[in-house]
Amino acid sequence: MLSELIKEFAALEPLAIIETDYNVKGYHLDVEVGPEQVVTAAELLDRLGFFLEAISGVDWLGKTPVGNQPETVTADEPAEEGGEESEAGAEAESKEAPGDKFEVVYDYNRTDGELCRVVVRCRLDRDEPEIPTISGIIPGADWHERETHDFFGIVFTGHPDLSPLLLPEDADFHPLRKDFKA
Amino acid sequence: MIDLARSTNQETFVMNLGPQHPATHGVLRVKLTMDGEYIVNAEPVLGYVHRMHEKMGENRTWAQFMPNTGRLDYLGALSYNHGYVKVVEQAMGIEVPERAEYLRVITVELNRIASHLLWFGAFVLDLGGFTPLLYAFDDREHILDLLESVTGSRLTFCYFRFGGLYNDIDDNFVTGTRAFIKRLRKRLPDYHNLVTKNIILIKRLKGVGVLPAEMCRKYGATGPVLRGSGVQYDVRKNEPYSVYPELDFDVPVYAEGDSMARYMVRMDEIEQCMRIVEQALDKLPEGPVMAEKVPKILKPAPGDYYGAVEAARGSFGVRIVSDGTNTPYRLKLRSPTFSNLSLYGEASRGMLLADALALMGSLDLVIPEIDR
Repeated sequence: MLSELIKEFAALEPLAIIETDYNVKGYHLDVEVGPEQVVTAAELLDRLGFFLEAISGVDWLGKTPVGNQPETVTADEPAEEGGEESEAGAEAESKEAPGDKFEVVYDYNRTDGELCRVVVRCRLDRDEPEIPTISGIIPGADWHERETHDFFGIVFTGHPDLSPLLLPEDADFHPLRKDFKA
Repeated sequence: MIDLARSTNQETFVMNLGPQHPATHGVLRVKLTMDGEYIVNAEPVLGYVHRMHEKMGENRTWAQFMPNTGRLDYLGALSYNHGYVKVVEQAMGIEVPERAEYLRVITVELNRIASHLLWFGAFVLDLGGFTPLLYAFDDREHILDLLESVTGSRLTFCYFRFGGLYNDIDDNFVTGTRAFIKRLRKRLPDYHNLVTKNIILIKRLKGVGVLPAEMCRKYGATGPVLRGSGVQYDVRKNEPYSVYPELDFDVPVYAEGDSMARYMVRMDEIEQCMRIVEQALDKLPEGPVMAEKVPKILKPAPGDYYGAVEAARGSFGVRIVSDGTNTPYRLKLRSPTFSNLSLYGEASRGMLLADALALMGSLDLVIPEIDR
């Protein structure tokens, strides 16, 4: 299952495909895609019989995302934070202010066949957090996307109704943003 | 079922079910667009008991979040304890003593029986039968007493620790549990004679609220809801954890997909839980209930981790993101009923209001767990 899936994903040319250690990470495959590819990825997984467990956002304000760094990188560097800073610094030089990121993580799983948990992640510019909705393909994503919009203010373009789901109906704040102060 | 296309643009009206309504078992509001007795559209409105547990997780240490996990699903809290310790232990590489794993299984399964018993009583109450609730609460009380004696609490458990348990059991717990199982074995036939075979119940549930397996997949429904639609999926079997692989139990599956199927799945699960508890008590090894070398301050390596367990209502998942410090950077709680309820709008379309309430009851909702 896994090798087939990797082949199918490779055809999409995602930003990264990493086979992960299930015993540590709790999932088998980690795929990073650009915002324009989340819908294609959802279509692919839906066609293969996967279901969506959850969508979660992460705010990487002032930090380099560590989500899918290969484990060896973090393990080999004792001066973890120093390494990250210099990396971010190098990026800043080459690209001029990389900008902070939001991350949207989709957890997929399947109920039949071999156990295979797949994570699809996508990083967005924090200033303009827009990502297409996958609720047209997977209706269960509707509420998960609304919740992520509540908590992070990430806009899922094409979503039928992004009104607050868990927050009060007039909420104009996004509590899980790292710069949110209660 | 009524042809709703025929009646569009004819008179419909909007009706509120809840937020304070006995059939919603907590503060859930459903905005119903009705055509007479038929539902044109049902829109659950959530958030009345939203407490932002995920934000709380970000400003306390890994261990300090433990009590929060007992306050999501107040009917099956131990599974939520288990889901959280499982993912953190996995991230930290903490080994748990075997005795602790067995005790985790015993207490979680007892808790699952208690949860199913309460659901049974409340569900039949929704359908207009009052007496079974009293029977169910009578039995459930025994479990709460047993769990109270070892965990110290009756509902909002905080019994598990990273690397083991807070407390070992004593002989009274073992004899009490065995006596309770003996008692419940005698009581279950009563339940079936009184309720399952009752013609009114059958008429209310058989063929009503059919959820096709494909709909469950599209909405990510899990647990008894999914198994009532003929899909053999149980985290305990598909993704074995703890000592479940060493125990012999079946996963009840009914293919019909109607409310009756979901009812039967849970009733059969009570029997399987009793089998698990009995075997686990027989096999219970001696030894410590807490790992020796658990660091006082936990700092999982940077990265994200996912772990899931089978709670009473379905697959409960925790996704943690660590930045290598002693507090979680992000803590996502994937609650089963959130996904299970999300199919309600589509599933209830065109149903009679009374049948839609039976469908809602058969989903086994716990609102604080949806709202988090």
